[in-house]
This record gives sequence, structure tokens and C-alpha cells, in this order.
Amino acid sequence: MSTQLTSDEVQKVAQLSRLKLSDQELEALGSQMGSVLKYIAMLDELDTSSIEPMAHAIEISNVFREDALHESLPREQALSNAPQTDGKYFLVPAIL
Amino acid sequence: MSITSATASELLAKMNAGEISSEEITAACLEQISRQDGAINAFLSVQQEAALASAREVDRKRQAGEPLGKLAGIPVALKDNICSNGVTTTCASRMLEEFTPPYDAHIVEQLKAADAILIGKTNLDEFAMGSSTENSAFKTTANPWNTAHAAGGSSGGSAAAVAAGFSPLSLGSDTGGSIRQPASFCGVVGMKPTYGRVSRYGLVAFASSLDQIGPFSRDVTDAALLLEVISGKDQRDTTSLEAPVPDYTANLNQPLENLKVGYIDNLHAEGLDEEVKAATLAALDVYKSLGAELIPVELPHAKYCVATYYIIAPSEASSNLARYDGVHYGYRAEQFEDMVDMYAASRGEAFGDEVKRRIMLGTYALSSGYYDAYYLKALKVRRLIRNDFEQAFQNVDIIATPVTPTPAFKIGELVDDPLAMYLADIFTTSANLSGIPGISIPAGMSQDRLPIGLQLLAPPLEEERLLRAARMFERETEWHQQRPA
Repeated sequence: MSTQLTSDEVQKVAQLSRLKLSDQELEALGSQMGSVLKYIAMLDELDTSSIEPMAHAIEISNVFREDALHESLPREQALSNAPQTDGKYFLVPAIL
Repeated sequence: MSITSATASELLAKMNAGEISSEEITAACLEQISRQDGAINAFLSVQQEAALASAREVDRKRQAGEPLGKLAGIPVALKDNICSNGVTTTCASRMLEEFTPPYDAHIVEQLKAADAILIGKTNLDEFAMGSSTENSAFKTTANPWNTAHAAGGSSGGSAAAVAAGFSPLSLGSDTGGSIRQPASFCGVVGMKPTYGRVSRYGLVAFASSLDQIGPFSRDVTDAALLLEVISGKDQRDTTSLEAPVPDYTANLNQPLENLKVGYIDNLHAEGLDEEVKAATLAALDVYKSLGAELIPVELPHAKYCVATYYIIAPSEASSNLARYDGVHYGYRAEQFEDMVDMYAASRGEAFGDEVKRRIMLGTYALSSGYYDAYYLKALKVRRLIRNDFEQAFQNVDIIATPVTPTPAFKIGELVDDPLAMYLADIFTTSANLSGIPGISIPAGMSQDRLPIGLQLLAPPLEEERLLRAARMFERETEWHQQRPA
């Protein structure tokens, strides 16, 4: 595990995270991430080659429900927190 | 008996005996809040009129002999990452400063069905990320025992509210210790149930495989009562467990015969405060005096818990917080060039530093080329941590540990050192990673009058055992009866 990030790498992570950060923030975050990653590197001490990953501590599977119609949120309520709406849709800047 | 230091069970008994009304109780709590919350900052919002109206309605039902729920007339405060229909739910973030959920969380529905009085929404670290509420975008909650010290986090507001007499009960959420740590700092009972025991529907997601809602109270009996009300299968949370909900108060006072209490032989954590160590050892002696057998347990992967947690939690958070993009709800930036810039600007402007830090860490750990080395690796170590507990519980019934390495730190002390803040989670993250239930109960007081908690852990779905073991200790001691000056 590498633990020191270049500023390019930090910038790339910020882009993937969809976070617009100032140069100051990028620098601070880069160095803080570096410290945390350095600490986390201790996991390399463990041989986990024969261990299955466990995403979910209490392992249950195939939790299904009936494919039955239910009431959903009324449109007005669904739009009630929209930053911009015309009453029918969520309005966003044009993509194309 | 002062209303604001009584337990919910005591208040229920008084209401049932006709000696006091819910309106009086609610009014007393509201008055305490208005007098003292200026200094404590436990609440982000207080629903004064609605609470009094609910209280009057419960009083009316009681007078009329109508059936009443298990918490009828009792004020309950909610951590502000729990969705309450029509009541602003901010997650202590500028991102959701004006967000009003159009629905109730499952546990809120359960509380309403139990006739509880929803009194207010409490402060937290932003999106539940933090250990002191210093990451709240709005205010820092002070410890009612000493306001220069932190109440803890992320559920600091809920813990402080119970300790300060603002509400006999409250709810928080625990992802890496966020109920147990503030409970310990504030000298109250705080419990994280087994993963899946309580529905997460309506709990704003931080780390979905770790989050659980749980109770804060002044004693174990109240915790049992509140836990029972909020537990149970919910179709809308597919990780919630089918297991039936027992009556957690029924056998609560029956001691556990031949109890085997596991303890960690070398309380090795660097920076473990001497007074915390002494309180933990004294607590073990109490169990011994009750006839319990003390057995040292090995948790060989304990030292990897914080590292494992600080890969898994940020990774899941980076995914869960991707929904905050200025499109459907929440903050939208005013200046941006295009859609992607709108996302980035909105998130950049509205998220605080700790949230950004964790999103960045998580995004990195999940990104192509790093996923195996970080996230997958952490999930494998997670299994090893869970296996340690399975092994240990073959030989013991419960495990007793400190909750935190130190009593409540001073406000401002750790805020500039994120890693130091993370390392304080050493005793609590293991329960979230392995899904097991844990409780923090008042077990001591430092020289400078700061509470010290004891943590008890049990196997999955053994909340009854956990509560009974906690009650055994509580009956022999008076820590839970102390109140801040």
C-alpha cells in the first residue's frame, strides 16, 4: 500500500468524489489522508489470503418481498425539498 | 423526586398513579431546556408546541381510559440524523440545513405508536462523522458535567440531553461507537443493539453495514424499555432481522447465574488513562463479588479494529453521501458552469472538513487499483475480528472493557488531529465491525468529576443477557444515580 499521495492523485480523488476543493484544502486533505493511510497500512501485517471478505456482519441473504403495488410518495411531497422545480420535475442544468 | 432527574419508568409510574401529567413532565423538560441549553447546546431544534399538544393528548387518553403505548407521555429526543416527517432534519450539515423529510423513520413511527412525546432534534457531528460534535456545522455540544469538555460524539446532543435533565430518554446512532462513547463521557446509559435489531429506515445513512440506532437513558431499565419499543423487523430495511422482540424488562432484575465475564488481560491501549483502567478493574471486582467468574479473553485482531473501521466506514460513506448533489434536495451552489460542476460546487461548499476527509478516503480506498488492497483487505480483516468474538464467546458470556481510553477530552483538544480522534475509537469499533450488541453504563468518576463508563459486549441477539448483566452491576453501585451539578 502506498501511503503518500501526489497532489495529482489527490486532485483525481477529489474529481471522483465530485468535490470542488481549494488549493489549501487539497493540500491539507492530501497530508491528512497520507497520515491515515500510513496508519491503515498495518493491515498488511496480516495474511488474509485464505479469508473470505465479510461485508455484512450478521449474514442473511435473499431478503425478498412480494412484488405488490404500494402507494409511493405523492409528487408534491417528493418535490418538496427540490432546489429548483417546475412542479413536475427536478430542474437541473442542461447536460448536453 | 425532581422531574428532570427522574427515570422514564419512575415518571410512568407517577403518571399511572395520577400523581403527575405528561403535560407537567413535558413542560418541566422544556423549561430545563430553555434555562440551560444555551450553555450545553444539546438541541438543534425543539418542537415545543407539538410536544405540549402531544402531551395533552396523552393525558386526555389516560383520563378517558383509552389504551396507551409503552412510553405514553414520556419525552424522547431524537438525534438529528433520524428523519421526522415535517420536522427539519439537518444531520448537522449545511447540506441539509433546510431539509424537511416527507416521512418518518421507522423508529419514529414506533415511538409515536408508543405515545412518546417527541421533544426535539439533537446535535451531532456532521453526518455522524466524529467523536465530539465539534464537526457539527452549527454548534458544539458541551458536557453537562463540565462545559469545557466535550459531550462526545457523534450522538453528543442526545447523550447530553439525558444527562442535563432535558429529556429522560433519547435516541442516537452508533457506527463506530457514537452512542457508547458519548454515553460514557456524559455518565448515562447508551446501547448499540445487534446489527439489524433496529430498522435503519429513515436513519440518514453513513455506513450501511455498521449503522445502528440505539437508546440513551438514565438507567438500564429505561434502556431496556426504549430498546423494546424500537426493535423489530421492518420490511423497508432488508437488513433488519426477523428475530422476534423479547420483553426486555421482564427478567431484567434476575441476575445471571454462573456468569462468565471475559476481560482483556493486558489493557494495552497506549494512552489508557489510569483512572479509566482503575474503574474497569473495580467493575470487574463487582462482578466477582456477585459470584461471576472472570476469564481473560484473547481478541488477537483487536489492534486492527480502528484501521479496518477507517477503511470500511469512509468507503461506505463515500457511496452513501454521493446522493447529495444539489438535485433532489439539499444545498445547491449558486455559481457553476455545468451539471458536474454543480455537483462539485454544491458538495464542496456545503460539506464540512471531516465529511470531505472521509469521502476522499473512501473514494480512494474503493478506486480502481486500490479496491483490493484497501476495501477488500479490510473486509477480510473484518471477518477475522468477528471470528475472534465467536471464539471468545465460546468461553465467556459477556466481555467487559473500557469504553474510551480517557474521560471526556477538552473541547478543541483533538479537533486538529483527525488521526488522534480516530484512535480513541479503539474499544468501540469492534462491536460495529462484528455486528454484536454493546452497552456503556456509568461505572466511575474521574478526580475532576468526569464520568467513566464500562462497556459490556455480548453475542449477536443477546440483548437480554447484556441488559441483565448490566443491571447486576447497576444494582450494586450508585454511579447511575449521580447527576451533574
